[in-house]
Parts: sequence; structure tokens; C-alpha cells
Amino acid sequence: MERRAVYRNKVLPWLLIGPQLLLVLVFFYWPTSQALYWAFTLEQPWGGGNLWAGLDNFLYIFRDDRYWGTVLRSGFYALAATGLSMLVALTLASFVDRALKGTKLFQSVFIWPYAIAAPAAGVAFRFIFSPEAGLVGAINDIWPGVWDPATNGIHALAMVIVCHAWLGIGYNFVFFLAALQMIPRSINEAGAMDGARPFRRMLDLQLPLIAPTAFFLLIMNIISSFTDSFGLIDTMTEGGPIGQTEVMVYKIYVDGFKGLDYSGAAAQSIILMLLVIGLTFIQFKWVERRVHYN
Amino acid sequence: MIERSPFFDALTYAVMIIGLILVIIPFWVVIVAASQSLQEVSQVPISLLPSNQLWTNLSEAWARADLGPKMINSFIVAIGVTVGKITLAAMSAFAIVFFNFKARMICFWLIFITLMLPLEVRIVPTYAIAANALLPFQTILDVTGLTWLVQAVSGIQVSLNWNLLNSYTGLILPLVATATGTFLYRQFFMTIPDELAEASKMDGASAMEFFWDVLIPLSRTNMLALATIMFVGSWNQYLWPLLITTDRANFGTVVMQLKALIPAMNGTPDWNVTMAGALIIMLPPLLVVAFMQRWFVRGLISRDK
Repeated sequence: MERRAVYRNKVLPWLLIGPQLLLVLVFFYWPTSQALYWAFTLEQPWGGGNLWAGLDNFLYIFRDDRYWGTVLRSGFYALAATGLSMLVALTLASFVDRALKGTKLFQSVFIWPYAIAAPAAGVAFRFIFSPEAGLVGAINDIWPGVWDPATNGIHALAMVIVCHAWLGIGYNFVFFLAALQMIPRSINEAGAMDGARPFRRMLDLQLPLIAPTAFFLLIMNIISSFTDSFGLIDTMTEGGPIGQTEVMVYKIYVDGFKGLDYSGAAAQSIILMLLVIGLTFIQFKWVERRVHYN
Repeated sequence: MIERSPFFDALTYAVMIIGLILVIIPFWVVIVAASQSLQEVSQVPISLLPSNQLWTNLSEAWARADLGPKMINSFIVAIGVTVGKITLAAMSAFAIVFFNFKARMICFWLIFITLMLPLEVRIVPTYAIAANALLPFQTILDVTGLTWLVQAVSGIQVSLNWNLLNSYTGLILPLVATATGTFLYRQFFMTIPDELAEASKMDGASAMEFFWDVLIPLSRTNMLALATIMFVGSWNQYLWPLLITTDRANFGTVVMQLKALIPAMNGTPDWNVTMAGALIIMLPPLLVVAFMQRWFVRGLISRDK
């Protein structure tokens, strides 16, 4: 913090920052340390305090094949949804960036998905992809049984991923467009003078220049796929068929709040927290070394 | 536009139109299905032309999911969270940037680190605290022996208890702490030249007067951007309200009602009512984003700098 502070007052700053610090303490630091405590202890079924369990909770999770299935699925979900969403958003942003007549209209519509609640999109996509109603179900009239997310886990997962990717388009689009618009016009003009056609310039000039934004979005998307997937899965598949769309946050919810296994859920939360912290850390490291070009 | 390239221009429009269709199809299907009768909506594939049942379906969905009181709850929560976040963010950032006190960097980092772990990730422990928000203080009292001391002296057993389940406080308070907002406001306050603060000081304005009369009016654009993001974010909350409200009739929000609108496995597949409900529920944040686009885009972007 380079700025020299103007005011000197012993009490006022604490009054100003106090409420936020209290909230952060009560709803962030305390629960997080509680989670650590639970993860290393085992709650006794009929009360009587927690027993020290050491790493047992973690070992129990790590020995569970179903948990590893969830982890792998979360990873696949994260990469697929992120890749799909960023690809669509980048394509749209690079064409919108050409600023042809009427582009503004397209631009504002492309942002809309950002406003939609995940469960609302989940309900809409569930209808669109429903095997016996909606749009995609029509394919079953031609080839009966070819599309059935209600019993086929791969179909169900694909449906959730497509919906997640759609939801992310707005956010990704805004960032990509802003990054593209920050590229100095002269660079593009110089490329054109050297005989590079628009498509060539997109690939060889603009793409490398927006790499930092793309990386930032990559991490943000992966984190949001861990956190925001709950609303989608809960409204679209409830983890089914037979657990084949269960991702990490959903399993924590099911184990903790339906199965009432707080210790197991806490241990899973710790693993997820470490994962998210790790990703954020990579993100900050990268931001420090960011390329600036203005 | 650098050079004329009719072919590439045509390609640009083609891609943008395909993108438009991709983005708009879900919205369109929701609106179309919400306007159809049960027979029409049960056709496979459904007709993509709107019909004339929109009003009937909207009122049916409104009644079935009890959206009236839920809508009020959603607005209370969304506005409460938004106002709370902006207030706290502005106050904290003001303290961090303009005051000289030793712990200011520590305070900033204490708040900033919370950005790393969204509520969904730490849902189990946070839920436990909601049953008694004063538990941390009780524990501190217990551990330091103060509980014992008070009891020994006055005979009163100190037991702090503040249950947040099924209350607006519970729905709002845990969401109000905001690293993003504090960070955004800090970035903005850093761009205010020191001379401005010095000048107002010379004119005899106190720190709080400077805050109210200079900083807050200057930060109006930031505030709008932040308000849009926060409103959308809190309106769309799902997991937290789901956990903290067991009394859905009185404290449920609209987004929680979506699941109740999905047709049952063997029930009537009246997706038209479901879609009408989804339409009502997704409309407020969509309108906010559509109208506030200019400011909101700026707010989103400056988050990454």
C-alpha cells in the first residue's frame, strides 16, 4: 500500500472496519477452523463430544471408490464445462470486437446468461433435454431410446455440462471482449500493413495478447464449476442416475445434510478447500507476472 | 475496421447470429413453453411459436409455488445483502486506505483471503454456526475461564445463543462480508489523489464528512456496478437459503421454489407451468443486468485488475 494515510485516529478506523471483521471472523474463520476440528475427530452418535480420529476420516474417504469417482467426475466436469464455455465466449468476443454495424445488440444479448440463477437454467435445460418432452426428445421419435438422461449417466452429465457452459458464456464474454478492446489499434493496423488478413490477425496477434485474461478466466471457471454446480445438479439430476452426476460439492451436501455424517463431510470440505486455495494461489502467482501492454 | 473484407464481414455476422441463437434458445423455449397449453407443451418437439396461455400459466405458477410472499422474501434478502455489502465494503476500504493504523494491512488480508473460499465450499461448518452465531464468543469465554469467573462471582451461567435458522438475518448476514467489494472499493479509493483529502482537511472537514460528502458521491459509478453484481449474486443464491430455511412457507426465496415446480415423475407433465414459474423467477436479475449493463460491465472488469 503505497498511499500515505491522511487521517490519524485510534478509534474510528476500528469502528469502520469492525463490523466486517466480526462477520468474517464468525462466518469464515471460525467455521473453517471448526471444519478442521471435525475432519480430525469423530462425533459420537448419541452425543458425548467428539473423539479424536486422527487421519481416519481422510483415510476412510480415500479408500472409498465412490469418492474417487466423484473427484474424477468433478475434474472432467470442470474441464469440459470451462473449455466449452470459454471457447464459445472467445469466438463470440473476437467477432464482436470487429465492431461492425449492429454489434451492440448482439453484445448485450451475449451477456444475459450471467443474470440467470443456476437452478432456473437447470429447470429450463431439463425441459429442453427431457427425453419425453421439449426439443431434444424429438430424436427419440426417430431412433427410440437414443437419448435418455434419466437412466444414462453419460447423457445426464453431458446435459449438466452443456447447461453450465451456457451459464458461463456471459461472464467469459465480458472479460474476453474487454481484453480484446484493450489491445492497441496500432498493433492490429501494423499486422494489416504486413498483409495479415483478419483471421490471421485473430490467431497470431490477438490470441497471444489476451493470454493473461484467458488464464484468469480458466481458473475462475474451474473454481465456479466446483461451487456453482450444486444448483444445476440439484434441479436437473439430483446426482442421479445412480450417482453418476454427483460432483464434490453435491456429495458433501448429501453426506453432510442427508446422511448426517459431519465428520466425513468436513473432511471432504477440507480437501475441496485445499483444491480451491491451490487454484487461487496459482492464479495470484500468475497475475503477478502478468504481461502489460499499454 | 481496418480494411474492407466483405467475406469476413459476412462470416462475422454469421458467427454472431449463430451465437445469438445459442444464447437465446433457452430463453425462447422458456417463454414459448410458458405460453402454451398442456396439450401444446406435451408435443415432441414443441412448437417454437408462442401461444395464448401465458397469463393463465403465469398465475397458475404464481399460485402453485406461492410466489407472492417468496418474491417479497427474495427482494428483502437481495436488497439487504446488496446494501449491506456496499456499506461494509465502502467503510472497510475507507479505513484501510485513508487511516494510519498499524493493523491495516493485516485487516485487509484477513478480509481478502475470504475470497478464496466461496460459501458453497465451506457449507458444512458455516451451517453449524448458523444454529448459534455467538458460539465463537461463547467458546472464547469458556476457554479463557471467564464463564467460570462470572458464574463464581454472580452465580449467572453465561450462555450466549443467537439462532439464525429461519430468519432474514440468517439469510442475509453470512453473505454480507465481501472481499470482492472491499477490494473494488480499495482500488477506487487508491485513485483518489491525496490532495483531495488534504484539501478537505484544510477546509475543516472531519474524516467522516470527507467520506460522506466527497468519497461517496465520487464512487457512484462503482456503487452501481457493485450493486448490480451483488444483486444478481444474492438473488440467485440457492444452497445457503435451502439449508438455513426449514420453514419454507415463511422464509423461502423464489429460487428455492424452482424445484417444487418441476413435474413429478408420474404426475401431469405440465412443463408450461414450470416454465412460467422459471420465467417469473429469472426476470428480476435479468432486467437489472439488461438495464445496468454499462456500469456492471465496468464493475466486473475492474475486479481482475
